[in-house]
Amino acid sequence: MSSRPEGCALVTGASRGIGAAIATTLAVDDGWTVGVNFRSDEAGAQRVVEGIEEAGGRAAPVAGDVAQRGSDEKVLAELEERFGPVLVLVNNAGMRADGLTVQLDDDAWDQVLATNLSAAFRLTRRAVRTMVRARFGRIVNVASVVGPKANAGQANYAASKAGLIGFTRTVAVEVARRGVTVNAVAPGLIETDLTEGLGPELLDAVPARRAGTPEDVAACVRFLISDHASYVTGTTLTVDGGLSA
Amino acid sequence: MSTDTATPEQVEKVVYDALVEIGPERDQLHRDATFEELDVDSLDLAEVSQVVEEHFGVQLKGDDVSQIRTVGDAVDLVVNRAK
Repeated sequence: MSSRPEGCALVTGASRGIGAAIATTLAVDDGWTVGVNFRSDEAGAQRVVEGIEEAGGRAAPVAGDVAQRGSDEKVLAELEERFGPVLVLVNNAGMRADGLTVQLDDDAWDQVLATNLSAAFRLTRRAVRTMVRARFGRIVNVASVVGPKANAGQANYAASKAGLIGFTRTVAVEVARRGVTVNAVAPGLIETDLTEGLGPELLDAVPARRAGTPEDVAACVRFLISDHASYVTGTTLTVDGGLSA
Repeated sequence: MSTDTATPEQVEKVVYDALVEIGPERDQLHRDATFEELDVDSLDLAEVSQVVEEHFGVQLKGDDVSQIRTVGDAVDLVVNRAK
């Protein structure tokens, strides 16, 4: 086992899909106590926690709409009180509100940016203070291949995810000398509720000829959080079956 | 959050303790010591700001921190803010 300090992990948007898979692997395979954050799907978060506990891990549901200002303090303080300092933060909460730019309304733009980008900023700002003082921390931002790569109808989503990658790089260099790493993963086409309805024809564009699974992404996040990746920071690990190769 | 009274002596003690935690030796610390010669950088100062906030409830932002050059500057800024 590693020499990591005592603390816990927070995965945002973890009641299902990629977030649930990340929370599960961190708790079950790596022994982190994990806060399973959810906005509205309490039953889903509870199921994730029960699955973790059945497999011998430790986790707790943590309510909070991370897109709302002030939720960062609430969510992190609640976890700290129960399980000690939050030393792993996975900013996974995300949403889509697609439309061609000419038809995209302000709400669709603002909500996507608030959830996918601003929430990650606020949680990181708050969590990194603890990590810097602990001389240990792991932040992983769940970005997307859309952002660096165009996808018509997703200007808001692409802007948020490209922003997340730039944010990742910059925070990484700010805190690298304190043993805190900040990385991103960029999933491609992954089978989740969020990608439902995107159309099977997209699969033809994936060299691996299959959609990824939440577990494919979670395995990469697990690596970035592990001691094996202590010298990896400021990077984006693409998990897309070759889609953007 | 309960906070301490920000007397110059108290602030100096908290700031010095925070700096020693980060790297400089205690005997290097005096009011005129510059952060540059102490090899204390902006991230270090952000950490000191955090400690100061916990003790005295005084928030120092990026702009504040960029204007202080010496240990004495930091102590004076906190004492003045806490008034």
